[in-house]
Amino acid sequence: MNYVQEHAVGAIAWRMLTGDRAKYLGLVFGVAFAVMLMTQQASIFVGLMLRTAAQVIDVTDADLWVMDPRIIYVDETEPLPESALWRVRSVPGVEWAAPFFKALSVARAPDGRLQQVFVLGVDDATLAGAPSRMIEGSVEDLRRPGAVVIDRVGALFIWPGEKGSETGSPRRSDVGRTLEMADRRATIVGTAETSAPFTTFPVVYTRYSEALRFAPPPRKPLSYILVRAQAGEDHAALAARIAAETGLKALPWRQFAWETIRYYLQRTGIPINFGITVILGFVVGAAVVGQTFSIFVLENLRQFGALKAMGVANGTILRMVLLQGAAIGILGFGIGIGMAAAFFEITSRTNVDLRGFFLVWQVAAGTAVAVALIIVGSALLAIRRALVLDPAVVFRT
Amino acid sequence: MSAVVEAPIVQARGVVKDFAAGDESLRVLHGIDLDVRAGELMLVVGPSGCGKTTLISILAGILSATEGEVRVGGRALGGLSARKLAAFRRETVGFIFQQYNLLPSLTAAENAAVPLVARGERLGAAEKKARLVLERLGMGPHAGKQPRQLSGGQMQRVAIARALVHDPAFIVCDEPTAALDAASGRAAMELLRDAARDPHRAVVVVTHDPRIYGFADRLAEMEDGRVTRVLDEPAAIRALSH
Repeated sequence: MNYVQEHAVGAIAWRMLTGDRAKYLGLVFGVAFAVMLMTQQASIFVGLMLRTAAQVIDVTDADLWVMDPRIIYVDETEPLPESALWRVRSVPGVEWAAPFFKALSVARAPDGRLQQVFVLGVDDATLAGAPSRMIEGSVEDLRRPGAVVIDRVGALFIWPGEKGSETGSPRRSDVGRTLEMADRRATIVGTAETSAPFTTFPVVYTRYSEALRFAPPPRKPLSYILVRAQAGEDHAALAARIAAETGLKALPWRQFAWETIRYYLQRTGIPINFGITVILGFVVGAAVVGQTFSIFVLENLRQFGALKAMGVANGTILRMVLLQGAAIGILGFGIGIGMAAAFFEITSRTNVDLRGFFLVWQVAAGTAVAVALIIVGSALLAIRRALVLDPAVVFRT
Repeated sequence: MSAVVEAPIVQARGVVKDFAAGDESLRVLHGIDLDVRAGELMLVVGPSGCGKTTLISILAGILSATEGEVRVGGRALGGLSARKLAAFRRETVGFIFQQYNLLPSLTAAENAAVPLVARGERLGAAEKKARLVLERLGMGPHAGKQPRQLSGGQMQRVAIARALVHDPAFIVCDEPTAALDAASGRAAMELLRDAARDPHRAVVVVTHDPRIYGFADRLAEMEDGRVTRVLDEPAAIRALSH
């Protein structure tokens, strides 16, 4: 079959598809809805899992995290002796190593409102581990006595009546507000954009020495050691060297984040409960796409029979159906992805509880593959009837 | 006066057709011999189930004969692959179905252009040719309409245009008047008779409708899978219709 014939037959296939506008739009929006369902559910699941490792991901200046060998995820801290810091600093290949404190505390606002918060203590000297996306103030302000930086959304939880940017109205600055933690007064010197933590507690950054005063003091205060590798140093090799020389557990940050996510996947009911929702999203989506397209092909079976009788070859009919499927798939996918992207864009602006959820490109790519497979699969299943169809059917009433 | 030329376009010799019916086979055609000549309009008549549709399906290359030989335009159809049979139908045969089988989302002109597109012409060029044929059949003003906007008689004209557009040597037509009123049926048959006047073409019409017997140059009567007689005298054909 030459190009001209392909083009002309393609034009007929397109007209067959779009001739009945209502049916055509129904098909496209059926696919679009399925795509939105699949991508939205899967992206929320991915976003939820990323939240579990938010505090690892937000530390952008360290290559490695060093911890007690028994720790398997970031929220389970087992304090280290102060001497561990010096031992890590002595390992060849370490550019610098800084202490990192992580604990839960209760913050009390001046109006008496209580809110559980994460207190993260960063190195007094270098401020390693401090937030990288400041909205108000400067990280350097943390050097002032009793200074804390709070995450933007956390402040909304503590002072919920002043939604500010969430509602479009101006919100008074949080800088200068005070909090009380462990009977100590903390002054907010800046706000930062941080990844949403899994538990949605506000995150309060302060210096390591201040953090020990803002949280119930542990017997040993050192939660983690953040390590920057020397230039050109292989992170995995350095982690292995630190582990060998100190007896501690050392992981590249990405691996620690994955181990945290894996913990939540394996030890909590989230993957089962949410995974079922995601799988149902895919199953329902696949069923909608497959069913609508199969029905479309089957409704046109007699027309395909007429074309076969008139000498249109099976291969041409197969290409016509695949072209129709591709058109529906591409249009439906585009609209569905657009709807999912709009959902995340709008909800992340209007609802702080849904921040951190976004359209994951890998999910979009996976959905594209899934839709393509479903369309081709359902087209082939449905077209089988057309291919084996006796063209003499057109002589029967 | 018929413009019948003696050279047969279609020749069937000893055509037998068996269909599987469970573990057994059912013979629906019992050794049919039939010639359809160039420039001839032949009617195939007979009671339901006598094998008329099976016979035209074999003559048009849609079904293969179990035994016997079919030649159309001098070309033997026996042993041709499905792909070659499809090519044969594309090139040589025009079809008019009882239910018209127009593609509902295409316009009349696009529907009539389908055989040209199937042969490899661009849709635009094919549509232009189809419009000319539609105009010849009095359907020019309706060329841009979709089938649902047309009457039964108009749809039949589109189906006839579709059968004629690629100038086939052989046209098969199944019950062309079954869904039409008397006037529309007569008009459709006049068009088919005109089409058959081409000395390079033969037209075979299967029908139950005695009102159109008078249009036949010859009439083959079938019963129980056999051609029982072939009438070629206009008077005898007319007598049969009464």
